[in-house]
Amino acid sequence: MTDNPRPITLAVAALGGQGGGVLSGWIVKTAENCGYIAQYTSVPGVAQRTGATIYCIELFPKAAAVKEGKLPVLALTPMPGDVDIVIAAELMEAGRAVSRGFVTPDVTTLITSTHREYAISEKSAMGDGIADAEVVLKVARDRAKRLVAYDMKAAAEAAGSVISSALFGALAGSGALPFPRSAFEDTIRAGGRMVETNLASFANSYERAQSGQTDSDTVVKAVASTKTVESKQALSKPVEALLERIRSSFPAAIHPTLIEGARRCVDYQDPAYGQFYLDRLDSVLSLDSGPRGYVLTETVARYLALWMSYEDTIRVADLKTRGSRFERAQKEVRVKPDQIVYLTEFMHPRVEEIADTLPAPIGRYIMASPRLQTFMGRFTKKGRHIRTAKLSGFLLLAFLSSLRRIRRSTLRYKVEQARIEDWLGRVKSPAASDYDFAVEIARCQRLVKGYGDTHMRGLKNFAHLMDASETLAGRKDAARVLSGLRNAALADDVGETLQKELETLSSKSKSVA
Amino acid sequence: MAERSFAKEVETLRVGAGEEFHGEGILAVTKALLQSGIAYVGGYQGAPISHLMDVLADAESLMSELDIHFEASASEASAAAMLAASVNYPLRGAVTWKSTVGTNVASDALANVASGGVTGGALVILGEDYGEGSSIMQERSHAFAMKSQMWLLDPRPNLTSIVNAVEQGFELSEASNTPVMLELRIRACHVYGSFTAKDNKRPEFRLRDAMENPVRDTNRIVLPPANYAHEHEKINKRWPAAIDYIKKNRLNEFLGAEEGEIGIVVQGGLYNTLIRALEIQGLSDSFGNAKVPIYVLNVTYPLVDDELVGFCADKRAVLLVEEGQPDYIEQAVNTILRKRDLQTRIVGKDVLPLAGEYTGEVMRRGIAEFMATYGGELAPGPRGHNVPAESESAPEELAEILPPRPAGFCTGCPERPIFSAMKMLEHEMGPFHVSCDIGCHLFSILPPFNIGNTTMGYGLGWAGASAFNTESDKRTISIMGDGGFWHNGLTSGVGNAVFNKNDNVLVIIDNNYAAATGGQDILSSRAERETKATGHSIQRAVAGVGVSWMRTVSSYDVELMRTTLRDALTTPIKGPKVIIAEGECMLNRQRREKPIKSKMVRDGKRVVRQRFGIDPDTCTGDHSCIRLSGCPSLTIQENPDPLREDPIAYVDNSCVGCGLCGEVAHAAVLCPSFYRADVIQNPNVRDRLSAKIHGAVIGWMQKRMERTRSRHAF
Repeated sequence: MTDNPRPITLAVAALGGQGGGVLSGWIVKTAENCGYIAQYTSVPGVAQRTGATIYCIELFPKAAAVKEGKLPVLALTPMPGDVDIVIAAELMEAGRAVSRGFVTPDVTTLITSTHREYAISEKSAMGDGIADAEVVLKVARDRAKRLVAYDMKAAAEAAGSVISSALFGALAGSGALPFPRSAFEDTIRAGGRMVETNLASFANSYERAQSGQTDSDTVVKAVASTKTVESKQALSKPVEALLERIRSSFPAAIHPTLIEGARRCVDYQDPAYGQFYLDRLDSVLSLDSGPRGYVLTETVARYLALWMSYEDTIRVADLKTRGSRFERAQKEVRVKPDQIVYLTEFMHPRVEEIADTLPAPIGRYIMASPRLQTFMGRFTKKGRHIRTAKLSGFLLLAFLSSLRRIRRSTLRYKVEQARIEDWLGRVKSPAASDYDFAVEIARCQRLVKGYGDTHMRGLKNFAHLMDASETLAGRKDAARVLSGLRNAALADDVGETLQKELETLSSKSKSVA
Repeated sequence: MAERSFAKEVETLRVGAGEEFHGEGILAVTKALLQSGIAYVGGYQGAPISHLMDVLADAESLMSELDIHFEASASEASAAAMLAASVNYPLRGAVTWKSTVGTNVASDALANVASGGVTGGALVILGEDYGEGSSIMQERSHAFAMKSQMWLLDPRPNLTSIVNAVEQGFELSEASNTPVMLELRIRACHVYGSFTAKDNKRPEFRLRDAMENPVRDTNRIVLPPANYAHEHEKINKRWPAAIDYIKKNRLNEFLGAEEGEIGIVVQGGLYNTLIRALEIQGLSDSFGNAKVPIYVLNVTYPLVDDELVGFCADKRAVLLVEEGQPDYIEQAVNTILRKRDLQTRIVGKDVLPLAGEYTGEVMRRGIAEFMATYGGELAPGPRGHNVPAESESAPEELAEILPPRPAGFCTGCPERPIFSAMKMLEHEMGPFHVSCDIGCHLFSILPPFNIGNTTMGYGLGWAGASAFNTESDKRTISIMGDGGFWHNGLTSGVGNAVFNKNDNVLVIIDNNYAAATGGQDILSSRAERETKATGHSIQRAVAGVGVSWMRTVSSYDVELMRTTLRDALTTPIKGPKVIIAEGECMLNRQRREKPIKSKMVRDGKRVVRQRFGIDPDTCTGDHSCIRLSGCPSLTIQENPDPLREDPIAYVDNSCVGCGLCGEVAHAAVLCPSFYRADVIQNPNVRDRLSAKIHGAVIGWMQKRMERTRSRHAF
């Protein structure tokens, strides 16, 4: 029966709000205008609330039905191995369609946008939970008869439209449907809404799909590359001295990281702070002989720079008041030239943060006096709204930012530098005997991030790991176990997994003893 | 006003005899009702028939032209009880709801109307929420038909068959004095197709004709001795009458090959999937010209013994395709054949799964297995099309990385902040027993909130925690939406708690609509409607049944919500504690406000647009904010900082500026990275002047600061 007329089957995989319904409607209208019987259906309901939905479309030539004198029987769900065209409005949904068997090499044209709408599990991970796009792209390339893949969301937005028009254009351009380009465009025109922008976006994607040019080979995660120092740039004397020291005292392979780290420290405080950074790295390099490619020094260089530029009130105020920041925010919220934008910051300084920013003796005095804390606490119960683009707010933050000059005397500075020294000491001590372990200890700095309670939790986890590293010292598997513990610390935000792992560790070491 | 407007589509309901009607299954059903001369229609929303309720609501003016009364019922029980109008009078009426959950609620009234029987045609349209995308327990409506002896139609999923089923449903109901249920699966409700229309019809007998000439017949009331008589009547009179009508009008169909040694019996609703599966196996073409005879049960209850026996008698084996469990039809068919001493082998759930949806692939496998054993010369069916290679199973690496996409709160949803507050309180006081309800708020049980222990049904949030009414150092928290509150929660939850002197806490989420089902209006909705009375406050109802500890909190005020919850959980005052969280459903609010605002902008009026942003250089990538929010517009992006590894939080352009990000940052002492941008569109002279002054000074200072900084830049 293979010679008998068959329906063209399509599956549209989209997330709620991506316009999968609009796209399906367009396809149906186009098909009907081209002499096809069209049926489509979907499963709305809770899936529409941010979940994923599959629209099932079937098209059947009317002439064949007239000849037979009977209407075709069209299916309401896509069937694995029997889907001619799969359209995915997001990369992982393309992956899901492949995983459900809808994409097969003998028939399926797969049209997918390569952009990502991150799922909640990816977003809420404590560290980096983003799924590997390469895996999906590889499978898509292997499984599809024909693949049209590029960032259709960006393509549509460039034309002032939304993704459905780009998907529609890519579908038309792929040639997978036996309809002329004009039929697709007529459908958009008949829709009567956003016609110009939709047509522009359609045309762009049509041509891209026709040319067969896809991004599927080049969407590999773009790694933010470090800025190098341009030779033409005029440098201050202290900076020249810093760069010269890096060039002369450190191996070339790790220069980019060190330059970036030094740049951070100078931007954070001053060139002398950059020299302080290099002093500390010097002491690590002296233990790092090189056959391992200076992994230890480079790892420390990265985390040390982050730690030395810890986010105190002064730093936050500094970053918030910069002109470049104003420009970036305006671009991000898409302010048009004739519009005015005001920014409001949400700050909630507690007694801790205030004491942190004061000269250490005063800060310590406050933190040692419960009565003073209770008194000050009354004024810090509520968060503050600070309007940075208005003078009053800006002046307040500019003042805080200017405290950079006294930063070295603040309580927070003293506390952080002591913590850094402690950490460096722990990294250095096993460097000669167990290099990998030293690297792992250095990496634990990653746990210390965030503000307020989050920062406290991170520090607590970090302290647990440092304690554990003492127990682990000398063990053959020390590096591996510590790395496992670090992952456990990132597994949940109440420390449950880490606690369990630590308990197992202590019971094991007891039984060994 | 509901989430989706059908105002445009409703106009197509006016098409007359002979014209082609194009549209969704739901619209086709509405058109069929208008063609059937109904006098009244009602129901309660819920997927997949929410849109039917929306279509009916939008068609109200058309219906009143036709003397049809539309009732947006308070619950499925109210809707089912409406059918009482057809008991004594020749009034045709239809009601609709989501099954099986709605049928559960309706079954008291349904059993009564089924016992006494009807004079006018009574049709129940069941939106069957089973299989992929379903949000409820997986059960069958079939059991309700059997227990009350109502007839169950399950038509083939094309618009012509569905429309015929509606029209014939009324006739069947009248012919057998029995209410009839019409089961529509979720995809059939939403399938787009076409059919040839007929003229709309006014009811011959109107509601007012009945009201002005009341008829009383005690034989139709469920009270002794009539109740005993009803049971006999069902078996001796109504059942045979139904069988007679079904046979005469050929409601069930014999399709496919004229004859054969084997055959297939299928529920009408599964016919299209069956044909596709047969086609793939090379046993049919696209027009349903199958190589095996097929008996299509458009009526799945009652079964017509003679038809079944006739179909099976000359066959070695028959494949019975019956979705869901228990296998009521398979049991019945086996009994029928056994009693006639027929040896035809009935193959059903031995080759098809006992449980779960019968998708195309599931059915194809079942058919392949059936054909391999019983197919004879037809077996094994060659796979006719699109043969995937054996190695085609999806690679495991892919399955591992694909992130699940659980449903969640929409961007800017007013329910999210309530659970952000609860999450923070959990960090502070430890976990609570939380009894959930049905509605959008049930998404709290999913990531990132992971709050909620049980859910017992619509409006039953507080009743679900009623056992925990005892001395304890910790109180329980129950959740209820405004939809569930008016559906039954006012009595089953609040009244119950007052009467039993409950000491626990209830949070009522008042978002102005039955939001989860598509934003239908309810008693406490704020919008004014011509045909419905809105604006009835939940507070007055709660106080009215005797709650004295009651607080109202704006749901976006996270800090106040946390304090109020803490108060409720720790106050020494005994008795039920109710917190009402108010905040309009953002989906509906945006739909209402967006066109107005963009028109204002177009007209040159001053409009302030708010949205949130995050500074990438202060965000450290810990994602605490996401774990306390889960807003779709709060997402992540790669870290632009070459030294940092973890992705940073990022607010995309879908942000509606609800304010939660700032509230959470404050209340949880999170992070200073969030900022709110107030974008003034069409600024006035004062705005411009002020911006100029502030901008000039700030700009000057920024330049000065930049000069200092750039001294050592590299």
